[in-house]
Amino acid sequence: MSAAAQESVEIEKIQTTEEGLATQQYLTFLMNDEEYGVDILAVQEIRGWERATMVPNSPSHMKGVLNLRGTIVPIIDLRDRFQLPSVDYSDITVVVILKVDTDKGDRTMGIIVDAISDVYDVPIGKVRTTGVAENRNSHFIKGLVTVDKNMVILLELQKLLTIDD
Amino acid sequence: MSVDLSQFHQVFYEESYEGLDAMEQGLLEMNVDAPDDEIINTIFRSAHSIKGGSGTFGFMQVANFTHVLETLLDEVRSGDRSLNQTTMDLLLVSVDCMRDMLQALQNGEEPDMSNADDLRAQFEAILKNEDPSQALAQSANSKEGSDSGQPPSDKSGGDGAGADGKNGWSIDFIPEPQLLQTGNEPTRMFRQISELCDGNMSVTVKTDNLPSFSSLNPEHCFLNWHIDVHAPLEKSVIDEVFEWVIDDAEINIYPLGQSCEAESQKIQESEPDKQVTPAAVEPIAVTTSQSTDEKPKAPQKAAAPQESSSIRVDIDKVDNLINMVGELVITQSMLGELGENFDMGRVQRLQEGLAQLEHNTRELQESVMKIRMMPISFVFSRFPRLVRDTARKLDKKIDLVMSGENTELDKTVMEKLGDPMVHLIRNSMDHGVETPEERIKNGKSETGTVELKAYHQSGNIVIEIEDDGAGLNTERILQKARENGVISEDANLSEDQVFDLIFQPGFSTADVVSDLSGRGVGMDVVRRNIAALNGSIEVFSQKNKGSRFVIRLPLTLAILDGQLVQVEDQIYIFPLVSIVESIQYQGSELNNVGGHSDVLQLRDEYVPILLLNQTFGIQTENDDLDESIIVVVEADGEKIGVVVDELLGQQQVVIKSLEENYKKVEGISGATILGDGTVALIIDVSGLSKLSVTSLKDLDRKVKNHKAA
Repeated sequence: MSAAAQESVEIEKIQTTEEGLATQQYLTFLMNDEEYGVDILAVQEIRGWERATMVPNSPSHMKGVLNLRGTIVPIIDLRDRFQLPSVDYSDITVVVILKVDTDKGDRTMGIIVDAISDVYDVPIGKVRTTGVAENRNSHFIKGLVTVDKNMVILLELQKLLTIDD
Repeated sequence: MSVDLSQFHQVFYEESYEGLDAMEQGLLEMNVDAPDDEIINTIFRSAHSIKGGSGTFGFMQVANFTHVLETLLDEVRSGDRSLNQTTMDLLLVSVDCMRDMLQALQNGEEPDMSNADDLRAQFEAILKNEDPSQALAQSANSKEGSDSGQPPSDKSGGDGAGADGKNGWSIDFIPEPQLLQTGNEPTRMFRQISELCDGNMSVTVKTDNLPSFSSLNPEHCFLNWHIDVHAPLEKSVIDEVFEWVIDDAEINIYPLGQSCEAESQKIQESEPDKQVTPAAVEPIAVTTSQSTDEKPKAPQKAAAPQESSSIRVDIDKVDNLINMVGELVITQSMLGELGENFDMGRVQRLQEGLAQLEHNTRELQESVMKIRMMPISFVFSRFPRLVRDTARKLDKKIDLVMSGENTELDKTVMEKLGDPMVHLIRNSMDHGVETPEERIKNGKSETGTVELKAYHQSGNIVIEIEDDGAGLNTERILQKARENGVISEDANLSEDQVFDLIFQPGFSTADVVSDLSGRGVGMDVVRRNIAALNGSIEVFSQKNKGSRFVIRLPLTLAILDGQLVQVEDQIYIFPLVSIVESIQYQGSELNNVGGHSDVLQLRDEYVPILLLNQTFGIQTENDDLDESIIVVVEADGEKIGVVVDELLGQQQVVIKSLEENYKKVEGISGATILGDGTVALIIDVSGLSKLSVTSLKDLDRKVKNHKAA
């Protein structure tokens, strides 16, 4: 399914289930004291940070490639990607391995985040897709949702994992 | 029980292509004056299988066409007909035609029947002992069915009677009791008809002949059927459905709505020699255009375009593999047992077990790799035909000599090798071998030779394409290169460098661009294709003696012999084939050219130097080159010296794709996983040299900008 098609299906889903209580599970993680969420079905595994093999002449957010059971997986630093202040990697720095069906086929990629937070059931109708101010990162953001009075930023993985820009 | 025939389509196509290849090969080998029976039999068998297969799967266009071919071949086989060159040529063209039809069907398209119809008309003329070329002219209105051995066919003049089948057909199907015992299943035939007419049919069963229960033999068929088909099918299509039961049943087919008696009478009369007598057929045939429109509906839906490929594996290889896996299982259980009751006293056993495991794994790896290996004859086999046709087009006499057809090569490599080789052979024939007159003038024999050789040499496969033609014309190449601005007017080039010019983009010395050369695929593409396979191509040539192209390729794409090198804390891998030598850095050998680029004096050559840590942007703590190693690598005929910190071991590495999850990286051809589980990148030597050139240009530009400012 192409990225565009998938997007339109999701928008449809959001519209039609407004009264219902259909929920979608999101895995959330912390970065720069903000909570971000990704669709839990895209998460392959969560692992501790380990040194990756550097790829020459790659952008600064590309931290290298790892061996994930025989597959070569690129690892990107999400702080760097979002141009947030960078921090040193520590023992609690984690890598979330994500797999998303893009228009170039399945892509697996790891993102480096500060720490894993929680798993939430998010009612699809509660996701606010508007009101996000346009900024340089807004195209990575699917929407906002409030969980326990805290804001969670839901990420658009299709965009995030297409790295050819 | 319903069987989806479409699952077998792929197999059918592959078998048919193989059959066509066999036919082609047989035809090329055949001596027209003294045909070899064995070859004729082979050709006949191939044609027969294709006809049978296409009939079964409902590809009637192919089946009908092949039928004519088969009839002719049958006459040749039984000695009733002698072959001549025209027939041979026609047979070869028809092989192409069938291949096109099958390809169209495989892609789910409607095959173009115009060629096939022309060819068929010509074959029919031959069968009637007429001049086939005349038949071609008349083919549009030639009437069929009058040929001996010819089934009622779907092509007809379409005179009034042709309209008869337009509403559909009524069929009386009265089988003999033993029908079922011959393995024929009436419901299958009905289903086939139903597919042909998209289900617009009705079947009525007649139980008049059913005996009383006590005398009923359960293995006999006592039922008769009456079928009405409400679709403008062609009679021959329906005939085809019942083809196998013609001897075991009474079948009356007549246009829908007509009285059964009148028509069936007519048909019944002619039934015994139905295949010979045209009278019964003509009134109920419809025109070809209708037939091609209607017939393939059913099969076409099933044959969705699909690209899957398969290989045939020698059973020995599979047996071997099974043995290895058996051994692996034994070793594994031995180790498992050892692990359960382990004490330090058994360390020796453990080490032995692990050694055995390593041994097993390596053997298994090798055997699995062998499965992908196929003899290079798969590529070579298409060349005799190519040479024959091209030689004729060029009015040259050329023999093709091939050796080493059984040399094995990875299937992926083989698939990508076909086009470059076709190009090289065409080139040799077009530009290399001279016309017979010229050859005689130069004191050579009238017939030129193109030689194809394949052999293994130290882990590589080497393919040579050699001709005994005029050789490369150095002056003309130089002149052309100057005209195109590839080299400067006063450049002084060695002979090898001149030959290398032909691999430059946009370079053609052919005075006339024929349809053979100048197809937009130049020698630069050939070189690029071969470089993409990690191979190399060299050219040797001698004036008036001929030229020789030598292609070197790795046996497989999946595994590479690598040299591990270290740069700071990173490990990279050079393909071993690309390394010329490695030397310890000694300051005195380095010369600085123009303040920016360093060159290494290597005996009588100067080799540009590239610092891997700079090129790859690796942070360095000291930029002291002492203790460094310079790895001299060669790509595209150019040498560069790559400075690394240390040489590590050599090992075979399994190539993994970096592009699968990331993207192409300049200077890197892929990645691999080392023994400790970490990833190491494999260096793309030709990409690296380009990278160094661009970085030099960058530098150059910066300098210029600086000066301008």
